[in-house]
Amino acid sequence: MTPDANTEEPLAKLPPAELIALTPDVWTTPYWDATAQHRLVVPRCTSCGTYRFPPSAFCYVCRTQVVEWVEQSGRGTLYSYTVAWHPLLPDVSDSVPYVPAVVELPDTGGVRLIANLVDVRPSEVRIGMDLELVWRDVHEGVTVPTFRPA
Amino acid sequence: MNMRDKAAVVGVGSTPYYKRGQSLPQTPLEMAGKAMLAALDDAGLTVDDVDGLALYSMGLGGDTSLFAQVMGIPEVRFTATLTGGGGGAAGSVGLAAAAIHAGMATTVVSLMTLQQAVSRFGTSYAPRGRPGAQYSAPPSPEKDFTSPSGLMGPGQMFAVLAMRHMHLYGTRREHFAEVAISTRENAIKRETSIMKTPLTLDDYFSARLIAEPLCLYDFCLECDGAVAVVTTSLDRAKDLRHPPVKVTASAHGGMGRWGQAITWMNMPDEYFTSSGHRPVAKRLWAMAGMTAADVDVALIYDHFSPMVIMQLEDYGFCGIGEGGPFVADGNIRYGTGSIPVNTHGGNLSEAYIIGMTHVKEGVEQIRGTAVNQVADASVALVTGGPASIPTSSLLLTR
Repeated sequence: MTPDANTEEPLAKLPPAELIALTPDVWTTPYWDATAQHRLVVPRCTSCGTYRFPPSAFCYVCRTQVVEWVEQSGRGTLYSYTVAWHPLLPDVSDSVPYVPAVVELPDTGGVRLIANLVDVRPSEVRIGMDLELVWRDVHEGVTVPTFRPA
Repeated sequence: MNMRDKAAVVGVGSTPYYKRGQSLPQTPLEMAGKAMLAALDDAGLTVDDVDGLALYSMGLGGDTSLFAQVMGIPEVRFTATLTGGGGGAAGSVGLAAAAIHAGMATTVVSLMTLQQAVSRFGTSYAPRGRPGAQYSAPPSPEKDFTSPSGLMGPGQMFAVLAMRHMHLYGTRREHFAEVAISTRENAIKRETSIMKTPLTLDDYFSARLIAEPLCLYDFCLECDGAVAVVTTSLDRAKDLRHPPVKVTASAHGGMGRWGQAITWMNMPDEYFTSSGHRPVAKRLWAMAGMTAADVDVALIYDHFSPMVIMQLEDYGFCGIGEGGPFVADGNIRYGTGSIPVNTHGGNLSEAYIIGMTHVKEGVEQIRGTAVNQVADASVALVTGGPASIPTSSLLLTR
């Protein structure tokens, strides 16, 4: 499903760093502090062991508040995705195509991250493919996860 | 005792429908007023009869206070808004019926007014302070987990659901095309439609991809305009201008873990590739004592064509995962299909007023006055948008 078979298909790009700003709260700050150090952590309920994501004030199963932050391997599986071919804002005109993806983390009860795919051509993307984490340093102190085919 | 058949829709009205920005210099409140006056006139009522407002999303473009003041509503006895966005469209009429059944008000107006001149819903999750993004959601800790990926519009987000539906069930772009093409066919015959030129499969596959697998024609229109619906008790309805259109059932809500749905993407795997409507559908059918087999015409919220397919599944017109082949077999065509869908041309081709055109069409079908009238239509299903909770629906009968 390439837009034009006669042109060489580009590698997936990334949305511009200028559009990325974070507004963490007390529950999400530990996640972003960890990503800034290139560590992927996911909160798990200390009472019943349920992972919850995004990080939030309560366990949705047992309503316990306290979490432990469990470090992840950086492996993932592609759950679904889209290819943004058309820039919805002028700000992203030079950044298409980019590939927002939903990535399932193993051994977390199905926690999914939303992150861009990189180092891949859009037509090569397949749901179910194995992925590995690539850190994207966006600004000073702001790092977000992206993934590439493993 | 539930509210089944206790209230009836007695009036519908609208402004003309405009392409985005072309309703200027009218104001959103002005369009809301015009739509309400048209709906009251249709019913044979006046503003003096109105004592309630049952709304959803941004409804009046502001809240009830200014609208009631400007329009001179004698006394407001009920005013409430379903939370969320377009999901509450059909449910706003259910909210009106609930208020009437509860005895809190007698004549309740549901209304949507929309003007996208400076505010495009297509980029409603875009980062703020950028050209074209004035209407975007405010920054939040939750949005931090979505925005960096460049997901900034509902179309991109629903594309993610559609892609997985294709993966799981073999649904194809041809199936989405059938939704767009059949809906366009219905729109062509209507004066009110924005899109009146035929749409072919070639046109569909030549169109630019916006968010794969969705192309231009899988997206609804960007419009301005207003639609109002007047609901009153069934007893009172019997004395008014048109035969009553009974509110036989309505439901809204959804699973808590459907939650914010497309903006968090952690809905349970079991219903990730759904419209979020399944629990709402179950309650709707239970209240009505009916099933999909009883429905003569379905007005299915069509912001994005794959979500029509998922709603057909969730309301039981076909099995889960079978929606693609179901539409490909011609089942949703007006005139020939087993369940005509969006006989008014929908959000895709008539106009996008966040789902209220679907309610208007449902009423006209039951009255027997629709442009694309389904013969002897006596049961109409109207759904609100697949979205974060609440989603909603409404069953109208003769």
